[in-house]
Amino acid sequence: MKRKIIFELKSLYRDSFRVTGFLFGHGEKSACIVGALRGNEVQQLYTCSQLVKTLKRLEAEGRICDGKSILVVPSVNTYSMNIKKRFWPTDNTDINRMFPGYDLGETTQRIAAGLFEEIKDYKNGIQFASFYIPGVFVPHVRIMKTGYENVDMAREFGLPYIVLRQPRPYDTTTLNYNWQVWESHAFSVYAGTTDTINHDDVTLAVNAVLNFLRKEGIIRSSGFVHEGYIASVVAENELVNVQTGAAGIIDRFVQPGANVVRGDLLSRVLDPYDGSVRSEILSPTDGVVFFVQEEPLVYANASVYKIIRE
Amino acid sequence: MIETVTKIDLPVDESLRIVKNRIQAGKGKRISIVTGTHGDELEGQAVCFEVGKRLREQPGCLNGTVDIYPALNPLGIDSITRGIPGFDLDMNRIFPGSEDGAMTEYMASRIVGDIAGSDVCIDIHASNIFLREIPQARINTHTAQQLVPMAEFLNLDFVWVHAAATVLESTLAHSLNSAGTPTLVVEMGVGMRITRDYCRQLADGIFCLMHRMGIWTGEVIAPKKPIISTDGQVQFINAAASGIFIPQVEHTTQVCRGDYIGDIVSPLTGIVVDRILSPCDGMVFTLREYPVVDEGSLIARILEV
Ligand SMILES: [Zn+2]
Repeated sequence: MKRKIIFELKSLYRDSFRVTGFLFGHGEKSACIVGALRGNEVQQLYTCSQLVKTLKRLEAEGRICDGKSILVVPSVNTYSMNIKKRFWPTDNTDINRMFPGYDLGETTQRIAAGLFEEIKDYKNGIQFASFYIPGVFVPHVRIMKTGYENVDMAREFGLPYIVLRQPRPYDTTTLNYNWQVWESHAFSVYAGTTDTINHDDVTLAVNAVLNFLRKEGIIRSSGFVHEGYIASVVAENELVNVQTGAAGIIDRFVQPGANVVRGDLLSRVLDPYDGSVRSEILSPTDGVVFFVQEEPLVYANASVYKIIRE
Repeated sequence: MIETVTKIDLPVDESLRIVKNRIQAGKGKRISIVTGTHGDELEGQAVCFEVGKRLREQPGCLNGTVDIYPALNPLGIDSITRGIPGFDLDMNRIFPGSEDGAMTEYMASRIVGDIAGSDVCIDIHASNIFLREIPQARINTHTAQQLVPMAEFLNLDFVWVHAAATVLESTLAHSLNSAGTPTLVVEMGVGMRITRDYCRQLADGIFCLMHRMGIWTGEVIAPKKPIISTDGQVQFINAAASGIFIPQVEHTTQVCRGDYIGDIVSPLTGIVVDRILSPCDGMVFTLREYPVVDEGSLIARILEV
């Protein structure tokens, strides 16, 4: 393993801002794994740390294939992490809206450019991503339909679902999208939470990446990793969005992964003063609960569940 | 008349209302004055006030409809938050929104629906807390043919015709222009402050445009002739190092290539870490207002002449 500084920015009063990478193996740039791009992506950071730990061991055991190299970048936004902020400390910009970046531009454009220059030539790009709404997904791989997407490769993660996303205007500046434009196979892995740690999902995400690396011939079998699932492919725009109706305090009755039938009571929204029921949220379809929003206070029409229609 | 554009109940004992003031006389055209999408941009507050005040003073001069929307993001303005509080979301990236989407999407959709149909819409922005801007219209190349002639009546110093960018497709102006409502984006001044001269200047310009539209018979000034420029004539100066920026020029100054713009200094060591010189002859139309800079922070934009 080689620890290297990919990008560095000097600060007026803080320690230098550093993007640090961990390089395993030699030769072809086979796979790059990026963790947190935002300051609250602690689960993603932790997942990377466990991956670094595992790859270190695999490398010591000679199980990284000859002529293959893997780069892991656990965090691209240490400055925000250390002050518990989601976006860039000074101007609140999102590094994941700055790709491919610009080395003579604004600070976060430079960070994106510095990172992307280092990682754009990897054949496979994997990002541990988070959703903008706090909540939990059933673990899945997400790929963007840019015309370069490869569903069969996404199956190699062995995660239960593959979600195909139709890019929207703002997606064009994300890491995943630009990786694909630069002809890397790009995958976003969603497993579990964001600003809290869920150990089961960390294990699942690490194993998913190991499965992928093994099936792509980048590492040799580690033997004990579960093969995973045969993935179902879902189009993101076919997920059934379930909204709150009224605003208030929410009481939730189902977990991610639950099977529900049409008419099942998923949640109640309560009056926050007297506990009376403001709205009952019923499942609009038979299916599997794919996403559960997690905030106790909910706004009107907030998206609180996404369901895969059966 | 004060009208509610949209009202949404918040979780705990509060309703969020987006309101407008409709001032109407006769059957003439309709202009919408819109601001407050970014909660930290306040110059538009003084423009709305000034336009409303003049309309009150001379109600007989109006022959048409003026809709004033002073706060598209009331929670943001009230809490000194640029985006929509609670969502960490830039409101100018969610248009056109959707009727059955999340609260933010719903608001966006209602706003677009309410403004649509205006003969002209002026969307007033005030840069951000970091940069001071000369009064200017920002127009993308696709709409330049239609919008530049209108912008020339707004009494602005500058019209910047810029390349279209995919991410800008989710702005209010793009949504309205796509829906056939000509919308001009004005940027001026600086975040969290009021620049009185600029606000009066734009208010004068709005009455010039209304006069041109045939809905204002009161006296108007002869509008300034703005410099019209494309991206090619705009030079950017970004900080080469982190530190404290101390300007040596005033905003809107004419400079020559090599002129001294300012320093980035280290208060700890007393050393100038970057001496900033102008890369060209031109006018400093954007100048950094907020002193703390990271490497890469925008210091100035110069309109090359
Ligand atoms: Zn703005």
